[in-house]
Amino acid sequence: MSFDVERIRRDFPILATKMRERPLAYLDTAASAQKPKAVIDAISDFYSSHYANIHRGVYQLSAEATRRYDAVRKRVAQFIGARDPREIVFVRNATEAINLVARSWGEAQIGKGDEIVVTTMEHHANIVPWQMLAARKEARLRVASIHEDGSLDVAQLESLLGPRTRLLAFTHVSNVLGTINPVAEITAMARARGITTLVDGAQGVPHGPVDVASLGCDFYAFSGHKLFGPSGAGVLWGRHAILDAMPPFLGGGDMIERVSFKGTTYARAPERFEAGTPDIASVIGLGAAIDYLEGIGMANIAAWEHALLVHATEALSKVPGLRIIGTAKEKAAVVAFVLDGVHPHDIGTVLDGEGIAIRAGHHCAQPLMEHLGLPATARASFAFYNTPAEIDRLVAALEKTRDLFA
Amino acid sequence: MDDLRELYQATILEHNKEPRNFGKLENATHEADGHNPLCGDSLTLYARVDEGGRVVDVAFQGSGCAISKASASLMTEAVKGKTIGEIEVAFGRFHALLTAPPGESPSTEGLGKLAVFSGVREYPARVKCATLAWHALQAALDAKGETAKTE
Repeated sequence: MSFDVERIRRDFPILATKMRERPLAYLDTAASAQKPKAVIDAISDFYSSHYANIHRGVYQLSAEATRRYDAVRKRVAQFIGARDPREIVFVRNATEAINLVARSWGEAQIGKGDEIVVTTMEHHANIVPWQMLAARKEARLRVASIHEDGSLDVAQLESLLGPRTRLLAFTHVSNVLGTINPVAEITAMARARGITTLVDGAQGVPHGPVDVASLGCDFYAFSGHKLFGPSGAGVLWGRHAILDAMPPFLGGGDMIERVSFKGTTYARAPERFEAGTPDIASVIGLGAAIDYLEGIGMANIAAWEHALLVHATEALSKVPGLRIIGTAKEKAAVVAFVLDGVHPHDIGTVLDGEGIAIRAGHHCAQPLMEHLGLPATARASFAFYNTPAEIDRLVAALEKTRDLFA
Repeated sequence: MDDLRELYQATILEHNKEPRNFGKLENATHEADGHNPLCGDSLTLYARVDEGGRVVDVAFQGSGCAISKASASLMTEAVKGKTIGEIEVAFGRFHALLTAPPGESPSTEGLGKLAVFSGVREYPARVKCATLAWHALQAALDAKGETAKTE
C-alpha cells in the first residue's frame, strides 16, 4: 500500500512525545482522536486574525467570522452527503446531539405507550436520553440483542418493530465490539413501517466515508473530537423537514426570530437549535479536520485501518490466555480483549508504564458488559496514524503483563 | 518495567492471587458495598464490631483489579483488632501515602505492610482502586439503619 504513515505521523505533534519516558503509542482513538497540526493551526489562526462573535456584528471582522463558521456548515454537509447545509446543527458532541433529539423531537412525538427501540451494544449516550424520555412519557424502551460474535441480531430487531414503535436508535459502529452495523438495511426496515431512525455515528464517521443519503436514517449524530477536530464541536444531522418542525431545545439568543413578552417566535432550523454563542473556534477547527481528512481520503484511511485491524487480530490471537471480544465480520479498527488472570485495569496500567495508551473499563457501555458477563475489558483502537510496529509493541507488553501476574 | 515493579510489589501480587479474609462474614454486625463506577470494581465489606467499638473480625468479597483486591486483603489484616478511631487514623495515613505529591517521599510511619502501596501515587488513576475497600469499611462502620446490621 502506498500509504505513507510516517509522513502522516509528522502531522500530529503529540505522536512525537513520550509517555513515562517511552515513545507514545496512542491506541485510544475511539475515546478521542489526536489532532493534526492543520487543526491546531487553524484554531490559533482564527483566534489570532479572524475572531469575533458570529451572526451579530455589523463590522467586517464579525462578518468574516460568520462567513467562516457558516462555511464549515457547508463543508460538513458535503462531507457526510447531506443535501442541504440547513440540515447541520452544531452542538458540543454526539451526546448533546442525541439529547437534543430526545428533548425536542422526542418531547413532541413520543407519547404514553409508545416504544423506542435501541440495541444491546449502545453507548450510554444512546441509552440514557431515551430512558429519561421514556420515563417522562411513560413510553417503553425495547432492546435488540446481538449474536455471539458481536454482530447485531437484525432478525430479532425487526421482530421488535411494532405498531407502537416510534423511534429506532442504534449505533453505526460499536465502540467496544467494533461491529459495523448494516445501517441501510436496518433503516429500510424502519422506513417501511414509518419509524423514525437515529444513528449514533460517533465511531462511524471517523473511520470511512459516510453518506447519510444512502444510510437512509433521519438523524445522524457525531462528535468532532473523534474526527480529529477539537473537543467542543459536534454535529447533529437531521432531515430538514423533520428538524424544521421540531420545537426549540435551548432558549436564548440567536435561536429566535422575534422576542416579546407577549410571545416569542423562533428561527428556523438549524439556528433554532443553536442558542447562545457557540464554540466558534472549535467549529472552525472541525472544518480544518475535514479538509485534512479529505486530503488523505476517507477510503485510504479505511483501508489502512483495516490492515491494522487484521494485523492486530492476528497478533493478539497468539497471546496465550487472550480473548478478543467482538469478532463480527464487518468490523472497525477497535479490538476489545480480556486476558486470563489479569484485570483490564491492571493491563491498562502495565501498558501505561510501557508508553502505550489503551482504554480499560466498561467503555460507557455497561448494559453490553452485563450482556457479555464481563465487569470490564481492555480496548485498543486504531487510527490511520498508527503503525503495525505499535501493535507489535502492544503484543510484547501484553506478554510482559502475563509474566508479571503469572 | 522498574516503575511497574515499584507499583506491583511482590506482596501486592501475592495478596491479589491469594486474598486474606476473603468471603462472607456470617456474624457480621456491619456491612457495606463499595463500587468504583469507573472500572466496575465492586466489593462487599463485612465487619464484626464488639461493644467497645473494636473491629474483632473483618472480611470482604467481590471482584476487582489487583490493586483493589490486594488493598482490601491487606486492609483486613491491618484493621483487625483495632478500634474505629484507630482505623480512621490508619486510613488517613494510608490516603496521605497514596496522594503525596510527586518527588516527595511520603511517610510510611505506622503503616506496616500497607507501605507496599507507595507506588500507587505515580498512577493517580489507581488511587481509587487502592482506597475502595477503605471507603467501604468506613461506610460499613458509619452505617446507621439500612445497611448496618445488628445481631
